[in-house]
Amino acid sequence: MLAMDYRGPKRVRAVQKPMPEIKHPQDAIVRVLRTCICGSDLHLYNGNVPDTRVGSTFGHEFVGEIVEIGADVTKVKVGDRVLVPFNIACGECHFCRQGMFGNCHESNTESTAVGAIFGYSHTAGGYNGGQAEYARVPYANVGPTIIPPDMDLDDAVLLTDVVPTGYQAAEMAGIQTGDTVVVFGAGPIGIVAARCAWLFGAGRVIIIDQEDYRLEFARNYSYCEAYNFKEMNDPVVFIKKITDWMGADCVIDAVGAEAAGNTMQTVTGRKLLLQAGSATALHWAINSVKKGGVVSIVGVYGPTDNLVPIGNMMNKGLTIRGNQTSVKRLLPRLIEHVQNGVLNPKGLITHRIPLEDVADGYRMFSAKLDNCIKTVLMPPTANQ
Amino acid sequence: MESTPKNTPKNPRIDPKQIKGWGIDADPKNDPTYPMRQRMNVGQDPDSKHRPDHLQPEDTEVLRSIERPNVSAVFGTPAPPTGLSGLIRRAAFKYSENEYKHWLPLIVADRVNVVEGIVGDLAHGKLPNIWAEKGYDMEWKHNRTAFITKLATIGAVTAGLVVWLSSGKKKPTKTVKKDYLSRF
Ligand SMILES: [Zn+2]
Ligand SMILES: [Zn+2]
Repeated sequence: MLAMDYRGPKRVRAVQKPMPEIKHPQDAIVRVLRTCICGSDLHLYNGNVPDTRVGSTFGHEFVGEIVEIGADVTKVKVGDRVLVPFNIACGECHFCRQGMFGNCHESNTESTAVGAIFGYSHTAGGYNGGQAEYARVPYANVGPTIIPPDMDLDDAVLLTDVVPTGYQAAEMAGIQTGDTVVVFGAGPIGIVAARCAWLFGAGRVIIIDQEDYRLEFARNYSYCEAYNFKEMNDPVVFIKKITDWMGADCVIDAVGAEAAGNTMQTVTGRKLLLQAGSATALHWAINSVKKGGVVSIVGVYGPTDNLVPIGNMMNKGLTIRGNQTSVKRLLPRLIEHVQNGVLNPKGLITHRIPLEDVADGYRMFSAKLDNCIKTVLMPPTANQ
Repeated sequence: MESTPKNTPKNPRIDPKQIKGWGIDADPKNDPTYPMRQRMNVGQDPDSKHRPDHLQPEDTEVLRSIERPNVSAVFGTPAPPTGLSGLIRRAAFKYSENEYKHWLPLIVADRVNVVEGIVGDLAHGKLPNIWAEKGYDMEWKHNRTAFITKLATIGAVTAGLVVWLSSGKKKPTKTVKKDYLSRF
């Protein structure tokens, strides 16, 4: 089967790989119909995530058709079309029983802080991802959710990560009616977080980024105010100023370790790799929120960043506020929102690229070429 | 200059009530401490001893965090540790996730692994097409001027280095070119 193949920082290609196999009675094999490149894939692509092995297949956002199931799979059957949440969760362990599907303890052997994620390095469990024609999906009774017959596959694939993560970012921000919410990062997650902030009753939503085309997209998609930090001396002072010198009630960091905007951080983090990425957005978030306010982190940081395990704080879901998204918990509500026209996930998609051209897709997204917001990869076998 | 006014025509103030779905998920109890154990509507007590049935057979080398007593019930198997990078990874997994001795060697192993990947390609008679793997066709198509400038700069710097290194009487000092494959 054709699959994406990581060769090293900023080098990927599409190659033939062996078909995935059932390895556990609750496994299923899925024929991938749509798969996306995610902003967090860029952390892998740039070589910032420890234990990203050459030969891995990325891709944690995919939908597909079940083609094979293990002996213990009862909730889905061959032929079902499913959306596959990006986290791999057993549904039975201590954490799954608390609804913390993003923190499952029975799917990642190599790290206890990070949950298992499809196609996201060995630190996140060492699973191959969905940027391929077929993918192995463990715990098929838990994660995979049947796509409603009236739902567009393009909407469905964005429900595997982007929409739930943006929604949870807003939820974790503890937004109360009338609050001013600032979102750092106008990538797909930030854009959705800004859109969802309104659902929680925000009174004002502001998004900050450095790319004018993304800001324009956010203005239209999320109905928010959008500002370019390159036009400011200091984004923190700017936010204080436009909030009567109080600061925002809630700030969402939807950037993570790829943040631009601070030379020191860029050099030490992104260029020299002395720290796992740059924590610029986190600094801005902490400094621009009101006293007693809430900082919600969904941007990906390394397990250890700036000599502080801020990535672990996020991955473990501690209460500074950050977590990987528990997609499964949110899906019923979000499917409702999509069906009622409150949310329009597929409106984020700007590019559709054949899986064969995966290297071009990554380059385009990472270099922010051609006004790219969200790319869908189409495997040759998706045939529709 | 903090001069961008808050009501520029580009950024009109928005009346939230005009937005479809405004406030439909508002909940005064949405304080920033979710998920709290007692508020879960899961209806099951957490059970720290419970494990799923049928553990995945460990028929490949799986590195395991020393912070867990056993291998998780399922795990991924795409790239077992091999070669020099594998040795470094195995060494890294002797230390807990709380230690830099765990994370930093893994980053080093990733870089070593990249070289192993190229050697592996060559050993299989395959010349990696770095231009294509880096997606440069896209830069060429959408970002040509900046891209050419970048390539020219890198070319000039490289040529300068070569001249400098080959002309000097001094032993060439080791230029640490970390992450050399991704510098552009
Ligand atoms: Zn994603
Ligand atoms: Zn679990």
